[in-house]
Amino acid sequence: MSGSRQQSRSTASLRHRLAERGVDPALLMLLPGLVLAVALFVYPFSYGIGLTVQPTAEMQAQWGGGAFANYVAFFRDPFVFDSVWLTMRLALPAALFNVLASIPVAMVLRHKFRGKRLLTSLLVLPITLGTVLTAQGLLIFAGRQGWINRTLLEFGLIDEPLRLVNNYLGVMFSLVITGFPFAFLLISSYLSGIDPSLERAAKTLGAGWWQRFRRIILPLLAPGLATTFILTFVLAFSVFPSARLVGDAMGSTRVMSLMAFRAFGEQNDYAMASTIALMMGVVELLVVAAVLGLRSLLYRGTTGGKG
Amino acid sequence: MSTFESLELRGVGRRFGGVDALADLDLTIKAGEFVALLGPSGCGKSTALNCLAGLLPLTHGEILLDGKRIDTLPPERRGFGMVFQSYALFPHLSVEKNVAFGLQMQGLPRAQIDARVRKAIELVKLDEHVKKLPGQLSGGQQQRVAIARAVVLEPSLVLMDEPLSNLDAKLRLDMRTEIRRLHQSLGLTTIYVTHDQEEALSLADRLVVLRNGRVQQIGTPDELYESPTSWYVADFMGYRNILPATVVSTSGDEAVVALPGTADGGVRLTGRAVGALSAGDSVRVAIRPDDFSVSSSAAEGLGAGAIPGAVSVVEYQGRELAVGVQTGDTMLHARTPTAPQVGGAVWLTAPVERVLVFPESLDAAVPAEVAA
Repeated sequence: MSGSRQQSRSTASLRHRLAERGVDPALLMLLPGLVLAVALFVYPFSYGIGLTVQPTAEMQAQWGGGAFANYVAFFRDPFVFDSVWLTMRLALPAALFNVLASIPVAMVLRHKFRGKRLLTSLLVLPITLGTVLTAQGLLIFAGRQGWINRTLLEFGLIDEPLRLVNNYLGVMFSLVITGFPFAFLLISSYLSGIDPSLERAAKTLGAGWWQRFRRIILPLLAPGLATTFILTFVLAFSVFPSARLVGDAMGSTRVMSLMAFRAFGEQNDYAMASTIALMMGVVELLVVAAVLGLRSLLYRGTTGGKG
Repeated sequence: MSTFESLELRGVGRRFGGVDALADLDLTIKAGEFVALLGPSGCGKSTALNCLAGLLPLTHGEILLDGKRIDTLPPERRGFGMVFQSYALFPHLSVEKNVAFGLQMQGLPRAQIDARVRKAIELVKLDEHVKKLPGQLSGGQQQRVAIARAVVLEPSLVLMDEPLSNLDAKLRLDMRTEIRRLHQSLGLTTIYVTHDQEEALSLADRLVVLRNGRVQQIGTPDELYESPTSWYVADFMGYRNILPATVVSTSGDEAVVALPGTADGGVRLTGRAVGALSAGDSVRVAIRPDDFSVSSSAAEGLGAGAIPGAVSVVEYQGRELAVGVQTGDTMLHARTPTAPQVGGAVWLTAPVERVLVFPESLDAAVPAEVAA
């Protein structure tokens, strides 16, 4: 816009010329955000990375590797390294389930019908519950003496209580309860961005409901599904309270955040705790990168609707 | 190509929340015909089209194709092609894949699909753009893809929902010619919805004028243009001057009316009565701008039928000038080859046979609250 005017020597004031390059007093509005970001994220994060290469004397003696003893320990100590797999085993299926289960629900809730608002509210409500409240609810509802087991026993459908909490299943329930509303809301908004006349056009061209979904809706929705998957995966991957409260904290749900907490709170080894936390980030980044890589292969333009 | 003898709509109606969006539509369409549904927004023309396509279920009536009911079939089994106002092209598919979509749904062999897609794309002159996505095309090109996508299936019926309304004026004229050419070369039966009477007159073999969900008049462009049966249709057919008046006397099919609100309140006009009229009836007088003669003096020959007024607007329009003449509190529109003085006094006259006198009421059957 401004380029042509500056072919010969500009006669505009310095302030005007700076403004044309995007430098103006409005930039000052960035300041509070920048200060907070540096103080609360950049500095602690860098400090944490620094900690990881300052292992304790015991770690160096036990695992070798000099300054990288913590990393050696992370990969060599099966008790620690297995937590990567244990976390993945929870987070991947939970994220996948939340995304896949949200699609049909969001599709149905696009249409107008009686009670739609009530149903939507009920589906979204769990988002307002904290993880601790969810965990407590699960313990009361699905525990050994919970309503489910008491009811099933009463009707003679089972002989002994089902183990629904304090194991892998309990954490999975909790991840679905907190993650599903989130995935549902996101996917609903992506769906509303697809022009409804596309489906009508596909109908008049002879496409049945599965073909319309498979050939039109799904390809247009896929980038949104990838984003939703990433967000719910990251949420599920950092699971901590429910892994401890409704899980099996030293067994099947020994997730990475629990391991980091153990190093920090029980062993007072800040350096090792930082290392585990950092590796958590690395694993998440790898999954995110893989999903984004797949997403870049998909159509990413406009979907014709209200965006 | 799937052909048929006739498509019959019998008492087709659609209600939305207790209001008739479309009611009692009876229409028989012969194969190869081009029918335009014409009316302002909200008149029910798009509802009629969506009912035909199967995108809206009917609340009354039935649709028969060669005597077989099709209104119970879902849209994907009717085999009609539809062109949408918003084009509704699949944004993630290239031009050729958009066009091929319907053929793929029919499960045709690959080679046959390729050949037919190529032919359809040639027909709309988009050969150079086959690999492009819709977002990379101009509005006119996108509309041509939409048309190719509908006609490649060689449907028994093509439904077009205001396909040109999103295009600029010049492109609209070009595409109009294009649609007419396609219709003539392919012989596709077409139902075309529009609010633009010029589009409807130039394209269609038959016009259906709708008002508040009901048919006002059905006829050929010539019939509607020359002899509208109500002032509502006349208004659509270029009778830009629609004046309220009262019948003074009638003789044969001629009626003398008095225009209220003119300068001296005593201007009398003689016109052709459309429908039964008697003295004292409230009527609407319809006159086309080009049927008015503008005279700057109340010469002898003008007689009692001259409407006096003052020139308030003069617009240059090429060969002719459009003139706005203020008479009393109404503005009359006329056309003249010579420029009158703005503010000057003029007299407007029109030949008796070009002045149409209609009953004021449009339809006794339409309840008053709906008519508003």
